Amino acid sequence: MTKSSFTNIQSEYLAVIDHAKCVRCKRCIQNCGWGTYSFGGDKIIADHSKCVACGRCYTYCPEGAISILKNPTVMRENGNWQDYHIKNIWRQSETGGIAISGMGTPLKYKKYFDHILLDACQVTNPPIDPLREPMELKTFLGKKPSKLELDFNEDGQPVLKNPMPPQIELSTPFIFAPMSYGSISLNAQKAMALAARALGIVMNIGEGGLHDEMVPFGKNIIVQVASGRFGVNRDYLNSGVAVEIKIGQGAKPGIGGHLPGEKIGADISRTRMIPAGTDAISPAPHHDIYSIEDLRQLIYAIKEAINYEKPVSVKVAAVHNIAAIVSGIVRAGADIVYIDGFTGGTGAAPIIIRDNVGIPIEIALAQVDQRLREEGIRNEASLIAAGSIRTSADAIKAIALGADAVAIGTAALVVMGCHICGKCHTGNCSWGITTQRPELTRRLDPEEYGEKLYNLINAWSHEMKDILGAMGVNSIESLRGSRERLRGIELTDSELKVLGIKHAGM
Amino acid sequence: MLRLKNNFSIEHDIAGCGLCGIINIRKIRTNGEDIKKAIALEHDRGNGLGGGFAVYGCYPEYADIYAFHVMYDDLAAKHDVEEYFKNNFIIEKQESIPVFKTSKINDHPILHRYFMKPKSDREDRLLHDLGDDDFVVSSVMLINSEYDGAYVFSSGKNMGAFKGVGYPEDIADFYMLDNVEGYMWTAHNRFPTNTPGWWGGAHPFTLLDWSIVHNGEISSYGINKRYLEMFKYNLALKTDTEVIAYILDLLIRKHGLPVELAMNVLAAPFYQTIEKMEPKQKELYTALRQIYGSALLNGPFAIIFGYPDGMVALNDRIKLRPLVAGTKGDFTYIASEESSIREICPYPDVVWSPKAGEPIIIKTINTENISQKQRLIIS
Repeated sequence: MTKSSFTNIQSEYLAVIDHAKCVRCKRCIQNCGWGTYSFGGDKIIADHSKCVACGRCYTYCPEGAISILKNPTVMRENGNWQDYHIKNIWRQSETGGIAISGMGTPLKYKKYFDHILLDACQVTNPPIDPLREPMELKTFLGKKPSKLELDFNEDGQPVLKNPMPPQIELSTPFIFAPMSYGSISLNAQKAMALAARALGIVMNIGEGGLHDEMVPFGKNIIVQVASGRFGVNRDYLNSGVAVEIKIGQGAKPGIGGHLPGEKIGADISRTRMIPAGTDAISPAPHHDIYSIEDLRQLIYAIKEAINYEKPVSVKVAAVHNIAAIVSGIVRAGADIVYIDGFTGGTGAAPIIIRDNVGIPIEIALAQVDQRLREEGIRNEASLIAAGSIRTSADAIKAIALGADAVAIGTAALVVMGCHICGKCHTGNCSWGITTQRPELTRRLDPEEYGEKLYNLINAWSHEMKDILGAMGVNSIESLRGSRERLRGIELTDSELKVLGIKHAGM
Repeated sequence: MLRLKNNFSIEHDIAGCGLCGIINIRKIRTNGEDIKKAIALEHDRGNGLGGGFAVYGCYPEYADIYAFHVMYDDLAAKHDVEEYFKNNFIIEKQESIPVFKTSKINDHPILHRYFMKPKSDREDRLLHDLGDDDFVVSSVMLINSEYDGAYVFSSGKNMGAFKGVGYPEDIADFYMLDNVEGYMWTAHNRFPTNTPGWWGGAHPFTLLDWSIVHNGEISSYGINKRYLEMFKYNLALKTDTEVIAYILDLLIRKHGLPVELAMNVLAAPFYQTIEKMEPKQKELYTALRQIYGSALLNGPFAIIFGYPDGMVALNDRIKLRPLVAGTKGDFTYIASEESSIREICPYPDVVWSPKAGEPIIIKTINTENISQKQRLIIS
């Protein structure tokens, strides 16, 4: 027997069915977006090669009859030439193309959040109990003047001389990260919008335009302008609370995007304002931004279009020279800078880029915050940190390093069922998230998952309040940028220096 | 060995404390006996590792020029700093600060004071055009951070700080404060928990005419410090109290905020309170928090802040440290404990505990005809 493909030699996972338990309800066949299961007349048959371990089938199997196992068949062990390398070589030798994957890098790079410890109060200052005392998480994103300008009214009372620049008010320092309609389903966007509205925070609509059904959520939406300019017009720019210019993405810095024509159905075509069936190409650069002064022009073109009533954000990927880049962006007029670290998620990225380009968000953030302070312009823009915030502890560490708020992308998808199988680019997501197949998307109930997203952010906010209370502060702004409350563990002197923190015990 | 500076490997000095303040709103001057008596009653709030006093109105004959109080570890340091002074200041008078050697204060630095004003043709004018106040601030920071064995602990006009390692009543005897007169006094008794006593670390902390005595620990120290560094403040001492003084200098002197608003930055009203304000006020206080969030002092504190026109007492937002006030005629008294007030004024007209985060501002009537005591007006 000849194998049609090297990659078929070994399935990564085995979908094993306990036929004694199986009642042949065929729910697994229905649920799997990958076509792993079929009915063989008297029992379910699994094609292991199609399984991606997305977890949908066993979650919905009423009998618990399905186990997804890692294929125990070994490839010859080699510390240098790992499965990952060998399989990619095989795949590429078949296709001659760039290997693509979804989600952030699965490689085990050092996660700096896991090497940072938080402080707490003992004796000399009292911890504060968040159940009994007010604990403030309210956060405003946008440019702040460096000093307060006052006038005095006829009673001699001070009043503001000039109105504050526009701000986004968040009840808690979280936002949902940009994920476009096209890369994810409309129902997934709606779930986030419902949660954002209930929480008093915002979601980012991503670069794929604003679907009609999302328009009512405008007060909780940041609209995005990316290099493809999908769906951008004056109404679009004015339909949210802020406009974001997307320059790059942490998972694929310097790389554009490509939504293949077969995914551009009528709805996406209308939302993106491109003909149905044509590829939606986001070029690597904005072709009107080849330099920082061009960015300034776009920022101010947008500000003109929105009458200076909303903040303009710029999203960039964390790359080596990020501090200088962000300084330039702030000086170019951005009110918010969104920094996406290299472990950040994506709908599709070349594996070689995703796994090798960029720097971790912790380091980027520490450097940017420090640089903006040294230049005396930290107040000119708010910073949003993103790139796999996995817990409230990651979030609070990011804030202590200098972020104003954090963005939640992958974690929000995990709420909706995502098992981080990394196959978003195929459009077969069994959970109805990164797919446009109606039979798959309709299983994602926006209200149900909106409530779960609400729960998650609520839970993380409670945890944040607990941490703040333990630290003896009752407002998030007293921790923001307060690296004195962080200590490093198992870090080298250079790492501590670049993060701007001390080692534990110091 | 004497230590003027914080050479310990600790960024953030933690101390529990006792404090007192006395002000006469008609600027009638009294000597240091009362304040010594009041702070002595709070003996147990300190541990003998720091005590000090600030007095306003003590140098009327040099009221228009800066009075520098400097500590030196040795004569070499004195020589270096005086070289700097000679190059940049016109020194009208200099002398040793008079001290009385007591057995309780057995080891002290060289203590010297200078009455002087910046030269108009000083060298830094080649590079920038700082006003006199700014030049004094930068000189103080330069000496405190760059000159080994020297520390400027007072630099205001017609005011002075007297402080050191010891119990405050012994420090008062050491500096012979019964011979010093002023219309406003503040005092401090220190209980440091993570640094041994060092002369520079005692309170009050002063800069220009500002003085601060402080009981508490600033849990937001990290961000307060980084915020001030953005405005080129050099936090040489690495103490909480230094942070408060610099924030007030920034807010009141540089940004021109009224004292009351500045206090609302240090102990900002909660958003739940701001929500209930009238629109204009709400707008102002929201902006105040948005702009000065990094200057919010978080953590337990009670402070007494002295400035030439008056005195301010302030608690943190949830009142985690004691602070009591009392008045008798033209005198207002502030202390960590009511017993301190009654020790020197057994029958005050009013005694009350200020609310969390609400400043008590007592202004002298030379500059303004009324002074405010929370919402009550006393004249």
